Amino acid sequence: MSAFFTKSMARNVFYGGTLFSVLLFLALTFHTTWKLPQRDHRENLTPEVARGKHLWETRNCVGCHTILGEGAYFAPELGNVYKRRGAAFIKVWIQAQPTKVPGRRQMPQFHFTDQQLDDLVAFLKWTSEIDTENWPPNIEG
Amino acid sequence: MQLHYQSQAVAKPYFIAAIALFVGQILFGLILGLQYVIGDFLFPAIPFNVARMVHTNLLIVWLLFGFMGAAYYLVPEETETELHSPLLAHVLFWIFLIAGALTVVGYLAVPYATLAEMTGNDILQTMGREFLEQPLPTKLGIVVVALAFLYNIGMTILKGRKTAISMILLMGLVGLAVLFLFAFYNPSNLVKDKYFWWWVVHLWVEGVWELILGAILGFVLLKITGVDREVIEKWLYVIITLTLVSGIIGTGHHYYWIGAPGYWQWWGSIFSALEPIPFFAMTVFCFNMVNRRRRQHPNKAATLWALGTGVMAFLGAGVWGFLHTLAPINYYTHGSQITAAHGHMAFYGAYAMVVMTIISYAMPILRGREANSERAQVLEMWSFWLMTVSMVFITLFLTAAGILQVWLQRVIPNPQAFMQVQDQLALFYWMRWLSGIVFFIGLVVYIYSFFAKDKPQTVEVGTAQPVAT
Repeated sequence: MSAFFTKSMARNVFYGGTLFSVLLFLALTFHTTWKLPQRDHRENLTPEVARGKHLWETRNCVGCHTILGEGAYFAPELGNVYKRRGAAFIKVWIQAQPTKVPGRRQMPQFHFTDQQLDDLVAFLKWTSEIDTENWPPNIEG
Repeated sequence: MQLHYQSQAVAKPYFIAAIALFVGQILFGLILGLQYVIGDFLFPAIPFNVARMVHTNLLIVWLLFGFMGAAYYLVPEETETELHSPLLAHVLFWIFLIAGALTVVGYLAVPYATLAEMTGNDILQTMGREFLEQPLPTKLGIVVVALAFLYNIGMTILKGRKTAISMILLMGLVGLAVLFLFAFYNPSNLVKDKYFWWWVVHLWVEGVWELILGAILGFVLLKITGVDREVIEKWLYVIITLTLVSGIIGTGHHYYWIGAPGYWQWWGSIFSALEPIPFFAMTVFCFNMVNRRRRQHPNKAATLWALGTGVMAFLGAGVWGFLHTLAPINYYTHGSQITAAHGHMAFYGAYAMVVMTIISYAMPILRGREANSERAQVLEMWSFWLMTVSMVFITLFLTAAGILQVWLQRVIPNPQAFMQVQDQLALFYWMRWLSGIVFFIGLVVYIYSFFAKDKPQTVEVGTAQPVAT
């Protein structure tokens, strides 16, 4: 870099550029937060959904699965599993784990109560209704 | 060779702990790699999710140990004054190490739900989110350690010379601590949860951590090349400007499909497409400084690590990030093995390698010599190539797996189910695992290089030495 571009000029560009970026990001975040209720349908966010999310977290589901594409890539996407499999299948599947098929990937048994299974399904149903710009590309996730 | 400032010595245990935890991270990585092809390997003793938590959390913790060690080493030298409190640095070391060890033991010893109950997750629910799995006491411990660490570093900078390198490092560290506070925000609304979760994860690794990376790299290049400080610091400002201007709005590339408005596909694509530029600038910076060097530093291994960081950070974070960052492409690749490929090379190339750069430069001095013996350096450079080349192969095999996965599961007219597709990727997963074994061998050589017998050696500054490339 030539001599007319000094270190202090570079520093000022850094502070200016960073400040501008932070402010723009905050403005976009503010607008997003304002728009979100139409996209996440929070009017349907019942106590069951909240409890279901809590179960999702305390069983570390995201340690194997993805949800809306985020998490681990060891087990299927669950953001749309409610649409792919339906409530009854999800519950039976969770209760049937682990499959103990030799060599297959195994999911732990969590000993959920019926209420907890309902809560999890409520959470997965609510999640499947988020406006994700049509992601995933198809039902397989 | 003596340390310029005695308090720099506190960096040593930090570096040793970083390397020890690095070994743990790789061992659990090998378990995970095997579970990808032998699904029930170690089940139910160590389920995949547990091994993955250990793998990723150890990565974060050893990098933090590396960053803290780097700060304790370079801040006294930059500020030309002793560290405010070496005692505090020692105490924090043990607090952080014990908290980290207890957390890993907790992951392995009890079911995660039990751990959550035992550690008061119901008081404030923060657990069970990717990379932020730590129990509440650990998270609070991280905040306490970070604040006390910042106090120590801040007081040192305050009383000493304020260089751009130390100020940029401090800004990065403050940003790291402040953004971690979003780990405590976990609303029931998954969309809001995800939106602000990225303020920790993305704004760390594609934001403030890059300031830390730049500062460490700048410091090492300054020392080994003898290039004028003005030149190096000007470069640094340009690099971090490009980093933050592209990276902050670039957060948008995580907002495409999680419920945020569609306009993020434009903001995210355009700005994150610029994210390779600062990494490219960093590559040019490294080679430029080494080519313009005014001295032949006897530590050729450190020079190699510095150049390697420049190249691999650009490839892993820049090129492999760009591969899938544009929204129309990401629509198909989101949350696939492509993401895993990028994650592996980016973390290794940018952060693991910069920590090994500062360790390579500082550790010999901390052990009383300017550079290691020829033999130790040759071994260290062998470990560099073993680890770096095997990481390239890990990335290539995961990328191949990812392309096939995306094709079979998301592109073709009759898409196949997740597990059906996974079965067909086994060949690539096996090859990835074998590359992982080579990586581990490289790590063993790396550690062995610290104990390689010294032969008496005299290196005169100014004599022609082969360049580390």
